[in-house]
Amino acid sequence: MIEIDICKKLLGAKKEMHLDVNFNIKEKDIVALTGESGAGKTTLLRIFAGLEEAKGVIKVDNEIWLDKKFSLPPQKRRIGFVFQEYALFTNMSVEENLLYVNRDKEFCKKLLKMTNLYELKNRSVTKLSGGQKQRVSLCRAMMKRPKLLLMDEPLSALDPKMRTNLQLEILTFHKEFGTTTLLVSHDISEIYKLSNRVIKLHLGKIIADGPPKDILLQMGTNERFSLKGELLEIKNSIAVVVIGGELVEVVVNESEAKELKVGDMMRVKVDTRLIN
Amino acid sequence: MIEALQNLDFAPFILSFKLAAITTMILFIISLPLAWYLSQTTSRTKPFIEAITAMPIVLPPSVLGFYILYTLSLNSPIGAFFDEYLGITLVFNFTGLVIASCFYSLPFMVQPIQSGFESLNKNMLEASYISGKSKLQTIFRVALPNIKPSLLTAIIVTFAHTVGEFGVVLMVGGSIPGETKVASVAIYEMVEIMDYKSAHIYSAIMIIMSFFVLLSVYIFNQKINKKFASFT
Repeated sequence: MIEIDICKKLLGAKKEMHLDVNFNIKEKDIVALTGESGAGKTTLLRIFAGLEEAKGVIKVDNEIWLDKKFSLPPQKRRIGFVFQEYALFTNMSVEENLLYVNRDKEFCKKLLKMTNLYELKNRSVTKLSGGQKQRVSLCRAMMKRPKLLLMDEPLSALDPKMRTNLQLEILTFHKEFGTTTLLVSHDISEIYKLSNRVIKLHLGKIIADGPPKDILLQMGTNERFSLKGELLEIKNSIAVVVIGGELVEVVVNESEAKELKVGDMMRVKVDTRLIN
Repeated sequence: MIEALQNLDFAPFILSFKLAAITTMILFIISLPLAWYLSQTTSRTKPFIEAITAMPIVLPPSVLGFYILYTLSLNSPIGAFFDEYLGITLVFNFTGLVIASCFYSLPFMVQPIQSGFESLNKNMLEASYISGKSKLQTIFRVALPNIKPSLLTAIIVTFAHTVGEFGVVLMVGGSIPGETKVASVAIYEMVEIMDYKSAHIYSAIMIIMSFFVLLSVYIFNQKINKKFASFT
């Protein structure tokens, strides 16, 4: 069980705000952390890792990582961290990156075999593809046998196919080791596939917390579903909206037209009843 | 011509290189922790330390030489202390030259190493801390191996700059043959006594050596950069 109750002043792009969160994570959970950029997700991860200071309490299995008088240094916290941009040790080979953490050769071999990297173990990490680098990064994070695995948008720099592969590998690792995981992600399908709980942050506060289905399907069950898009132009009661890379024309009435302006994000509801 | 080369006194060159080698070694050891501190700190004192470190670049060597001479001489408490208790005289000898050169060349060692450390991916260093490694282990096993071109630049530029110094050396060391008479001072004296032939030979040797030292640095850095270009 991991308990966190912290507060930290953040200097956002526009104004000051407070990251103020209090929640528990059950063992073996994969919790997705989502929300707009600047909501404090990465900062929260870094506070867990001990890379940033904060006021409050962090307790992991009754071991205190942070309280009023004490902060366990990152070196002593049993965490694994997967950075968005890999952050591999560029002067080392694949295997050396893992053995740097812990000289357990057997475990290193096991992790590399699980991720199909064993053949590349002697290759310099500078000569790997993005997906391979992130797999090395994931293996390196596991070398410490962490109690908590922290992942900061680990897949956002990868192409969709690579992303799917890595999602499977993250799940395989979780099945094998059962590591409690906190994952920052914006990708709805990724959150749905990987996590069993979603926490949504907005300006430093938790605004939603629950199973992915409940949080992601904000519209509730309805015969209609809606598509989110950006308004590009509005003329003679016809709005041009871009939805998922496609242009769509929507008829709007006069009062709706008055409220809308170009650049607004809007939801277009679509009737989904079967026609025949 | 060949006769002239055979009769040439190489002692000033040897002294120049000895001075440069010792200065470079001392500065390398001093500059590593200083450059690391400057690259990592967000303290308000950082600009002050940076300004002090960079002063020798802009100060006239005579100013620097004057104060070093003043501080190390028997009239100052520091000079008097060394003379009285340790029996070491710090001016007009080789020891004084080494101390003066360390001040004079400090920025040329600190700045490239500092910018090398600053160019490192912060997350890579954090990944090392999370891997359970101390700051010292991180510096030696992750930071330094990743800034080899900066280290080489710092070492070579410091060495070359020390070989090339003149004003500070003249003020603190004078021109004692075999003790403080380095190549640049020797050339100055040759010109003064209108021995242009020797001055030409000495100067040509300096030009050729400086060129090849710098050329080898740039060739090495080009190769290293190509190696790292594949990593983006």
